[in-house]
Amino acid sequence: MTSVTLRPGGPLLSGAVYGCLLNVQEELDRLGDAINEAPYNGAPTGPVMYVKTPNTQIAAGEPVPIPADVDQVRVGATLGVVIKNTLTRASADQARAAIAGYTLVNDVTVPHESLFRQPLKQKCRDGFCPIGPNLVDAADLPDPDGLTVRALVNGECRQQWRLAELVRPVATLLADLSDYTSLYPGDLILVGVSPDAPLAGAGDTVAVEIDGLGRLENPLVREGENAR
Amino acid sequence: MKQARIAFEGRVQQAWEDNGKLRLADGRRVEETEVVWLPPVTPGTILALGLNYADHAAEIASKAPEEPMVFLKGANTLVGHRAFTPRPVDATNMHYECELAIVVGKPARNVAKADAYDYIAGYTVANDYAVRNYLEGFYRPNFRIKSRDNCTPIGPWLVDAADIPDPMNLRLTTRVNGETTQEGSTKDMIFDVPFLIEYFSGFMTLRPGDVILTGTPKGTVNVMPGDEVVTEIEGIGALHNTIIERKP
Repeated sequence: MTSVTLRPGGPLLSGAVYGCLLNVQEELDRLGDAINEAPYNGAPTGPVMYVKTPNTQIAAGEPVPIPADVDQVRVGATLGVVIKNTLTRASADQARAAIAGYTLVNDVTVPHESLFRQPLKQKCRDGFCPIGPNLVDAADLPDPDGLTVRALVNGECRQQWRLAELVRPVATLLADLSDYTSLYPGDLILVGVSPDAPLAGAGDTVAVEIDGLGRLENPLVREGENAR
Repeated sequence: MKQARIAFEGRVQQAWEDNGKLRLADGRRVEETEVVWLPPVTPGTILALGLNYADHAAEIASKAPEEPMVFLKGANTLVGHRAFTPRPVDATNMHYECELAIVVGKPARNVAKADAYDYIAGYTVANDYAVRNYLEGFYRPNFRIKSRDNCTPIGPWLVDAADIPDPMNLRLTTRVNGETTQEGSTKDMIFDVPFLIEYFSGFMTLRPGDVILTGTPKGTVNVMPGDEVVTEIEGIGALHNTIIERKP
């Protein structure tokens, strides 16, 4: 198994970080008929992407500051896909060949009901995107779609879901997105988050696990209480 | 001072405006058509406002927002002055949006409106194209309408904040093939520049080089391949862009 330490902003992780909504079948199923009603007015035709801005990105072990106006956050356990070659209007096969490797990501999110507008205040707070600890070479994980993702709070597994439940498997997701948004070396794509992601608050320690990728663990601390 | 990022003689360089020409670091002066213009900034975060002018809000929506309507886009969208933007063949309404772009100068967190200007490095012009018929209902505006490759021309210059004493009173103009199609003033923004610095820095740390696109006034009209679109802001610059057909 080939793996190297991953550092946000470092040479391997130098670009954009995009997440994907509604890429887990259960998310779509739970929306039910609401998907066709206002304000959504129909199922999306392409992947529903969002940005995890650079201020959110932190390494394994670093504290996640919980702002004063936030009580609890969801532990968004997911697989991160790191890009090694530029993808523009690519096929799934081209996308598969352009993957550098995989890592763990915690898409920390303030719970929100409406999926109508982009969720900046829910997803783009400082430190809301722990990434790492390692980048595992794509050659060592030939079938990521068969893996199980686990979310832990204080060492206890609170959720597990299988990447086989993805609406768009990894290569399809990258290919579909690259139709209009090019992906570049060092970009990171989060493949989706299953519903019922566990809640946690300041004082808890949260973790993401996938077999073969290790464990990404970060403490949640009240903002202002971590002198860094 | 107005500075640019250009590609010239095989490398990326900084250059400065000098009486209608570009002055290089070695003192040579070259014509603006001799160089390749790059985006003047390389932001980590690109924040953008929708519906931030009451007249444009009335043009495409029922009412003006009570809180800033904000979205993010990737750096894949940026292209420089005199570049080309592809129009999909199935676009029914692809329109430009002339916008004042704020460039952040230093890390900003919990900055009060009164101090906001201290955190701004400068300003540039952005053209935040939208393919209106691609708008969908989840996490909107969705990437397909607003985070498209080459669909956010930006430049030509990064203009020092010190040279723009009042960014809230600048004329915006868009010309398509020489004909004026959009006119407005930054004084008509619903959420002004100091408010936006306070608002964003209230929940996230803004970093040097981050960009805020502040929205567009009314007058957004459909453009077609071959159209030459110039978005201009008084004192900041005139940003040229040409629409081309996106190859199927």
